[in-house]
Amino acid sequence: MARYVLKRLMHTVLVLWAAYTLAFILLTALPGNAISNLINNPQNQLTPEDGKLLKAFYGLDHPVVVQYVRALDALLHGNLGYSLSSGVKVSDLLGDALPGTLRLTALGFVLGAVIAAGVGVGGSYARWNWLRTLLRSFPALAASVPSFVIGILILYYFSFQLHLIPAVDDGTFLALVGPAVTLGVMISAPLSQVFSASIAATRRQPFVHVLHARGAGERYIFGRGVLRNSSLPVLTMLGLAVGELIAGSVVTEAVFARNGIGQITLNAVNTQDLPVVQGVVLVATAGYVLVNLVVDVVHPLIDPRIRADILAARSKRTKRSTGSTPTGPGVDEAMSPRLPEEVAAR
Amino acid sequence: MTTTIENPTPPVEVRQTGQPGKAPRGRTLTILLWPIRHWSVVVAGAVLVVAVLWALVPGWFAHSDPTAIGATDKLLPPSSAHWFGTDRLGRDQYTRVVHGARASLSGSVVAVALGVAVGSVFGALAGWFGRWIDAIVMRLIDVVLSIPGFLLAITIVVVLGYGILQAAAAVGLTSSAAFARLIRSEVLRAKASQYVEAAVASGARSSTVLLRHVVPNSLGPTLSLVTIQFGIAIIWIASLSFLGLGAQPPSPEWGRLVADGRNFMASEPYLVVYPALTVAAVVLAGNRLARHFAERQKR
Repeated sequence: MARYVLKRLMHTVLVLWAAYTLAFILLTALPGNAISNLINNPQNQLTPEDGKLLKAFYGLDHPVVVQYVRALDALLHGNLGYSLSSGVKVSDLLGDALPGTLRLTALGFVLGAVIAAGVGVGGSYARWNWLRTLLRSFPALAASVPSFVIGILILYYFSFQLHLIPAVDDGTFLALVGPAVTLGVMISAPLSQVFSASIAATRRQPFVHVLHARGAGERYIFGRGVLRNSSLPVLTMLGLAVGELIAGSVVTEAVFARNGIGQITLNAVNTQDLPVVQGVVLVATAGYVLVNLVVDVVHPLIDPRIRADILAARSKRTKRSTGSTPTGPGVDEAMSPRLPEEVAAR
Repeated sequence: MTTTIENPTPPVEVRQTGQPGKAPRGRTLTILLWPIRHWSVVVAGAVLVVAVLWALVPGWFAHSDPTAIGATDKLLPPSSAHWFGTDRLGRDQYTRVVHGARASLSGSVVAVALGVAVGSVFGALAGWFGRWIDAIVMRLIDVVLSIPGFLLAITIVVVLGYGILQAAAAVGLTSSAAFARLIRSEVLRAKASQYVEAAVASGARSSTVLLRHVVPNSLGPTLSLVTIQFGIAIIWIASLSFLGLGAQPPSPEWGRLVADGRNFMASEPYLVVYPALTVAAVVLAGNRLARHFAERQKR
């Protein structure tokens, strides 16, 4: 088990390094950046010497390879570089913005999970047919409405019409509710879809029929068998939903005019502040990959079948046929929960 | 679960018709009843047809110019003359929504086409040649998928610059990793099949086997991912434009229209609501049709 965790951890570090490198390569392909924009802006009246000085200060006069090695070296010392537009340390910039975004995404995550649980269970067990149909159509509906539309509608009705929540972020918990519900509805779409499909699949399994035949009630069967068996794919999906949460917070923060990582990202994009963009990509990827690492590690802890599979794979020393993405717990294709394509596409 | 026991079918019904379990109904009636039974598919199809017509021949639906500024018609509420009202420059919002279809729909077509093209090149290479090519491509896919997708699209927009085509390219490149992974697994499946083995054994060239046997057999699952990706592409492109990273003014792209109308939301909510509902309706219709075809394929 320890070896499995270590292996996943090393894979995570490698992926992070590769993602950082990919972002670096992408962004160095850029013809301009904030510094050259500053130098070329005639309003600033910079002499060519000033320009050289500025470039030297940010290390932009070196060849790309040297820049990369320096950036990587600084990164290993916990330094993400300096913002090209404000000169502030990128780590400070992100550190200031992170708590707000984390609060938002955490509440959004919880709300999304609660909505998905309600829709999944209600869509399968609700007493009335019309309610089941209604709940079952929810995932497709929520997946079709862009998050900025959900956000704007919430803002319009609950802020401008009903005056229930503040329209701008005033630091209160109430101001957090609107954007968090937006995020929650957004991620609950794939979650509830997977949960519903998973419950339906589990209920067709022989052990459920056996329990029925022996006279067990629906509630007992759900609590003892169906829930635990059908929650595994949802766990995988929860890990994937974090990626959507991070990306969705950019849009949601823009809709609700909140300070946070999203706003910093947009500012950095608009000013071509490359170190900040790179820092955001790194931090977001780190969060996403780490959550999925936790999911991968938790998987064998709660499912003995996967645990057995890992042990068997180690003793046989068989090479796995497919490379594992951050999504897949290192198990066989047949074993791992198969996600619907609509979800896997994200 | 208990319903199976509750409704025992009377034995008389079985004798009534040759087909057991099915109501005795004529073929014509079944065809006539199809639109009623599948009303949501019909509605979805109609919405999509209208949206595509908006994109192709906007002149049929809206007669005025989407960029024509009416100094006296600023911020009018919806009326028979201006169905969706007018914006802060007096432009007819309905006309702008109709003309916006072209940017939004063609953008998503470009995005999906690019995603499939790049994805199938990488996926087919990895699946067909295997070995180190496969290893490299798979690692690359791992890395691309480990960056939250929308954030990667934003990063690519930083490189490519703003504009509807650039946004489409960013979304397409981001989605190519998912396509590559799917196509690789499809190619692997086809490669292990007997018809490919037979073709190779009878001396067919690599390219022939790939184009004549592997590609056609990998098409089905890819097409179903394509239909799903269309909806996602529309949402992402609209979101990028909403953030100001996609279509630039005065282009009437849907996400752009929502962003423009946002400042007037307290007093003129219709400026936001109509374009927003249009995006939602088109994506919903697209996803409904995608699901319908996926269900038909399964049968």
